[in-house]
Amino acid sequence: MYKYDEYDQQMVDTRVAEFRDQVSRRLSGELTEDQFRPLRLQNGLYLQLHAYMLRVAVPYGTLSSAQMKVLGDIADKYDRGYGHFTTRQNIQYNWIKLEETPDLLAELASVEMHAIQTSGNCIRNISSDQFAGAAADEIIDPRPYAELLRQWSSFHPEFLTLPRKFKIAVIASDTDRAAMRLHDIGIKMVRNAEGEIGAQFYVGGGMGRTPMIAPMIRDFVPLDQLITYSEACLRVYNRYGRRDNKYKARIKILVHELGKDEYTRQVEEEFAHLLTQPIEPPLAELERIKTHFADPAFEAGLSDELDLSDPDFALWVGRNTQAHKQPGYVVATVSLKPVGGIPGDASADQIRLMAQLAKDYSFDELRVTHAQNIVFPHVKKADLYTVWKALEQADLATANLDTVGDIIACPGLDYCSLANARSIPVAQKISERFGSAERQAELGELKLKISGCINACGHHHAGHIGILGVDRKGVENYQLLLGGCEGADTSLGTITGPGFNEDGIVDAVEKATNFYLEKREDGERFLDTYRRIGMAPFKEAIYG
Amino acid sequence: MKILTGNDLKSGAVTWWTGKGWSLDVNDAADIGDDGAAIIAREEGAQNVFAAYVVDGEKTAGAVRPAHIKERIRALGPTVRPDLTLKPNDPDAIARVV
Repeated sequence: MYKYDEYDQQMVDTRVAEFRDQVSRRLSGELTEDQFRPLRLQNGLYLQLHAYMLRVAVPYGTLSSAQMKVLGDIADKYDRGYGHFTTRQNIQYNWIKLEETPDLLAELASVEMHAIQTSGNCIRNISSDQFAGAAADEIIDPRPYAELLRQWSSFHPEFLTLPRKFKIAVIASDTDRAAMRLHDIGIKMVRNAEGEIGAQFYVGGGMGRTPMIAPMIRDFVPLDQLITYSEACLRVYNRYGRRDNKYKARIKILVHELGKDEYTRQVEEEFAHLLTQPIEPPLAELERIKTHFADPAFEAGLSDELDLSDPDFALWVGRNTQAHKQPGYVVATVSLKPVGGIPGDASADQIRLMAQLAKDYSFDELRVTHAQNIVFPHVKKADLYTVWKALEQADLATANLDTVGDIIACPGLDYCSLANARSIPVAQKISERFGSAERQAELGELKLKISGCINACGHHHAGHIGILGVDRKGVENYQLLLGGCEGADTSLGTITGPGFNEDGIVDAVEKATNFYLEKREDGERFLDTYRRIGMAPFKEAIYG
Repeated sequence: MKILTGNDLKSGAVTWWTGKGWSLDVNDAADIGDDGAAIIAREEGAQNVFAAYVVDGEKTAGAVRPAHIKERIRALGPTVRPDLTLKPNDPDAIARVV
């Protein structure tokens, strides 16, 4: 994985020193809160419902075991013994003290981490496929391109005060595991007819109060123009994106209002102009970055056999592992969704255990997924049972990946000052209602996502079943959506009808899944049945 | 009643104006009537608190209950982590908030 060079480290260390001075001035009263707020937000420090919250960037979701260990230590030392992995592949701490923040950031910097650009109207953490570099179906590892974009977007002076926040995802396989088309810019690395690698650009996607699926605006951008084309996309947005209304300020609104063709025309015009004043980093820099993402020293000639005589292990292998590009290895996902648990939360001890297991059995590497789970990308099949036993002892071996129990949920009104309703209790009740392995197996792949407000951090628009919490005169109410999907066949969910209370929404989910079981045809997932028969019969089953 | 809440500068903890100072316990909150703006200006100016604002509430049997669920959760702590609330040993605390 990428290692900081002297410039990266100097930038991060300098920022820590700068913020230490700013915190000192705030505590002394030299800076007012109005003056300090933008400074703390530039360093990922929010004020949430109960305390300061720090959001730490995990670039494209990739972590070393040393970094993961420090994240666990920080949870103990500066927080209340846990962290929350987010749908942006980041981690958040909920109980941070302002006066301790500079020391915390210094500890992060010691392992090449920071919280810069995890807030504000700038280019946020670049996200990517959590199986990058390991997946059997990728055409190339997307992370070097994500890293190049990270370097380009870090402290980019032109793009630190955009009309609104800006999110980029990079993938390199037909199976979209990063919700690429629901980003401001989605980049899919592709191979053209000549066999050359390039980038396909999708612009103007997003969730929030106005969900949109990004249209493709260019089917192939050569590698030596990747940054230039990205710059052109941002420049047009920065020039014409609305600054008068924050609810209409995202690039999706600009692309929608201009129309894809006109936005694309303006980007191409800007792109042609930028090509006359070379801003593209030399390909040698991309090659330098690529060396950091070379395959680890896989052993050759390993057996692909697994002893599945332990039924619990067999269940977990069937649910939580994926094919690896290297024979004898497997990609293993640790579900942070125990039955009745809080999606995405992990204790300091659990975080450190995962760090140690990655060090011992996954070439020192982990990934954070946008579904709020953790991945060991390179586990030798011969070691898999040992890894699973260790996870099992730490309550980390729940076998529910991509089932109804693997719920994405934002922090909701339990933690978030923007939320209108609690998300986590609903997730817990659904997780318990559908807790048995038999029931989850019967339902198969079913992605359920819950947001506590219209900002959609819980990706409810993209759930096969989505739940949106709203405020009805001070009372929590939950809307049900069906038919969303974030994969290669991205679609947006549709609201079924009137909302429900906390218990009612759990019953409504059960009615929908029971109806699916009644109506499904051979091999159909919940989403397939919904797409085949449509909303009306589901609505009748839920409300009838 | 009108009650005043804000956050402690160093810890970010939720605090409530008692009439004399700031308390972590919402039950200590005083009815500030129409004095909210003046208290906020004074207390924020003195760096005693930040992000202060006035909310509606009611007092019954010595307990102060903010009108909106968001403020009740702020006053107690996350309903999904009773161990991290201000009343970890009160099994009914969350039910009273929700």
